[in-house]
Amino acid sequence: MSAPRTSQAYRDKLANIGIAVLLWGYAAIVLGPLLLVVSNALRPTREIFKNPLGLPTSPSFESFVKAWEKANFHVYFLNSLIITVASVLLATAVSALAGYMLGRYKFKGSVFLSAYFLAGLMLPFRLAIVPLFLLLNDLGLIDNRLGLILVYAATGIPFSIFILSSFFRQLPQELSEAARIDGANEMVIFGRIMLPLVRPALATVVVFQFVPLWNDFFFPLVLLRSTDKWTLPVGMTRFFGEFQTDWSTLFAGIIITTLPLIIIFLLATKQIIAGLTAGIGK
Amino acid sequence: MAVSKFLAKRKPGRFKQRKHVKGVGGAAPSRGVIALFLLPAFLLYTIFMIWPLVQSFYFSFFEFKGLARGDFVGLQNFRELFTRYPLNEQLPRAFLHNVYFFVGTMLIQNTLGLLLAKLLYAPRWGKRFFQTVYTMPYLISALVVGYLWSLMLNPLFGPINRTLKTIGLSAWARPWLGDPATALTAIILVNAWQWVGFPMLLFSAGLANIGEDLREAARIDGATSWKLFWYIELPLLLPVIGIVTVLTFIGNFNVFGIVWAMGGVNGEPGGSTDVLGLVFYRTAFRGGVDAFGLASALAVLMFIFIFGVSMFMVGRFRRWEESLQ
Repeated sequence: MSAPRTSQAYRDKLANIGIAVLLWGYAAIVLGPLLLVVSNALRPTREIFKNPLGLPTSPSFESFVKAWEKANFHVYFLNSLIITVASVLLATAVSALAGYMLGRYKFKGSVFLSAYFLAGLMLPFRLAIVPLFLLLNDLGLIDNRLGLILVYAATGIPFSIFILSSFFRQLPQELSEAARIDGANEMVIFGRIMLPLVRPALATVVVFQFVPLWNDFFFPLVLLRSTDKWTLPVGMTRFFGEFQTDWSTLFAGIIITTLPLIIIFLLATKQIIAGLTAGIGK
Repeated sequence: MAVSKFLAKRKPGRFKQRKHVKGVGGAAPSRGVIALFLLPAFLLYTIFMIWPLVQSFYFSFFEFKGLARGDFVGLQNFRELFTRYPLNEQLPRAFLHNVYFFVGTMLIQNTLGLLLAKLLYAPRWGKRFFQTVYTMPYLISALVVGYLWSLMLNPLFGPINRTLKTIGLSAWARPWLGDPATALTAIILVNAWQWVGFPMLLFSAGLANIGEDLREAARIDGATSWKLFWYIELPLLLPVIGIVTVLTFIGNFNVFGIVWAMGGVNGEPGGSTDVLGLVFYRTAFRGGVDAFGLASALAVLMFIFIFGVSMFMVGRFRRWEESLQ
C-alpha cells in the first residue's frame, strides 16, 4: 500500500521542482536584461565593452547627467509629461461626463451612441494618419503639442467610456434620487455624488491611458517636427544615432524614459492587471 | 487597453446582467443636459478619430500633389501600389513578414503565455511575484525594448554573444540582427519577451473561471493532470484563445516601433525585417509628390484586411465554441 503512495509523493515533489525551475528560469530571462541596463548605466562605457556582464565597481551617475543635459532628455521628458498628462486628463474628463450619461440613463439614441464609442476600440487608428495630418495642417496644429494632445485624447475616449459607463451603471439609484429631492441638479449629482464613487474606475482609466501614450512613437514621429517639441520615444531615435558608441549614456536614457512607468506600475499593479483583463473573469 | 476591445462584444451576458442593476432606469434628463454631458466626448472622438478614418476611404480615390488633393482617379492609386517599383516588391514581402510574425508569435509567445498561466494556476509561493515580473516588460515602449535588445544582441559588445562564448557555445554566437536569416525571428522573440505577460494574464483569468467542481469531478473519474488540461481546461479556454488570437493578429499586423528600433525604417538588413507598418509609413512620409493618395489606398487595403480577418476569426471561434458545447 505504501509503496505507490511514496512514489506518487516523490513524483509530485519532482514536478514541483521542475515547475520552480521553469518559473525562475523565465523570471531570469525577463529580469536579466533589465538589471543589466541598471548596472551598466552606472559603469563607464569602457568597462561595459570590456565585460558587459560585470557589476559597477564604483557606481557613478555621470551617464544620467549626460543623457539629461547633453542628450536633451530634459526637453523630451518635459514634453512627454505635458502631452501625456494633458491628454489623459482631457480624455478622462470628457469620458466621465459621457460615460455617466450613457451608463445611467436610457434615451433616444443612447444604445447607438454606446456602440459608436465602443467601435473605436477596434479601429486600427494609425491608418487614418493621412487625413489626420491634413486636418491638423488646416488647423495649424502640425508641430504643435496641442495637436498631439487632441489626437491622443480622442484615442483614449473609447476605452474610458467603456470602463466608466459600466461602473456608473452599477451605482444604486437611491443616491441620486435623494439628492434630486434635495434640489440638486444633474451636474451636482454627477460631480459631488457619482464621480467620487467611481474613483477605482477612474484610476484604471488614467493608468491605462498613460502607459501607451507615454510610449507612443508613431504620432509624435509624424506630427512633431522641431526637436524642442519632441517626446521621449522620438528623441530616442536621434539619441541612439548620436550616442551609438556611448553605451553607458544609452542605458541611462533607457532608464530615464522608463522610470515613470515603473513607478506607476509599482503604485498601480492592480489597476493595470484589471485593465488588461477587463471583461474576463469575475 | 487592447483587451477589452473584443470582450465588450464577446460577453453579452455580462451586460444583460447589469441591466437589472438598480441604478439604471431613472427618467432621462432634458435634451440640453444630455447634450452637455455627451457633446465634448462626441466631438473630440468624431473629429479626431472617426472622421479621419472615414476620409481615408474617400481620399484613396484621389490624386494628391503634396498636401493638395487633386482629381478623382478611381482605382489608380490601388493599381500603383502593385505595379510601381519598389512598392510592388516591398508590399508582398512585407505582408509575408507580417504573416510570419503572427504565426511565430502564436507559437512562441502565446504558447508560453498559456504554459506560464497553467504553471501559476495552482496556489504556490511567489505567484503574484512571477505574474508581476512577467508582465513588467509590457510597460516599456516597444521602441525602447527594440533599442535595448539591439544592444543586447550587438555582435561585438553584446552580452548575449559574450555569454554564449563564455559558456563554450561560440559556434552559436552570431550577428543576430545583421543576418537576414535570423533578424526577423530575433525580433519576434524580443516582441514575445515584451508581451508574454498579456496572454498569460488572460489565460490565468480564463483558468480561474473554470469551476473547481468540474476539475474535482474529472479527478474523481481518474483523469491525470495532462488529460484534465487537454480534455477539460483547453476546450473551456477556447473563448480566451479566440480573444488572444484576434488581438495578437491585430497587434502583429500593426507592429511598428520595435521593428523600427531593430531594423530601421527600411527593415534592415536588406529588407528582411520590413513589415507593412514600415511600408505604410515610408509610402506616406518618405514617398514622392503623390504619396498621400498611395498611402490612403494602402491604408484602405490594410484596414479591410485587418478588420475582415479579425471579424472572420471572431465568427470562426464562436462557431467552434458552439460546436463543443
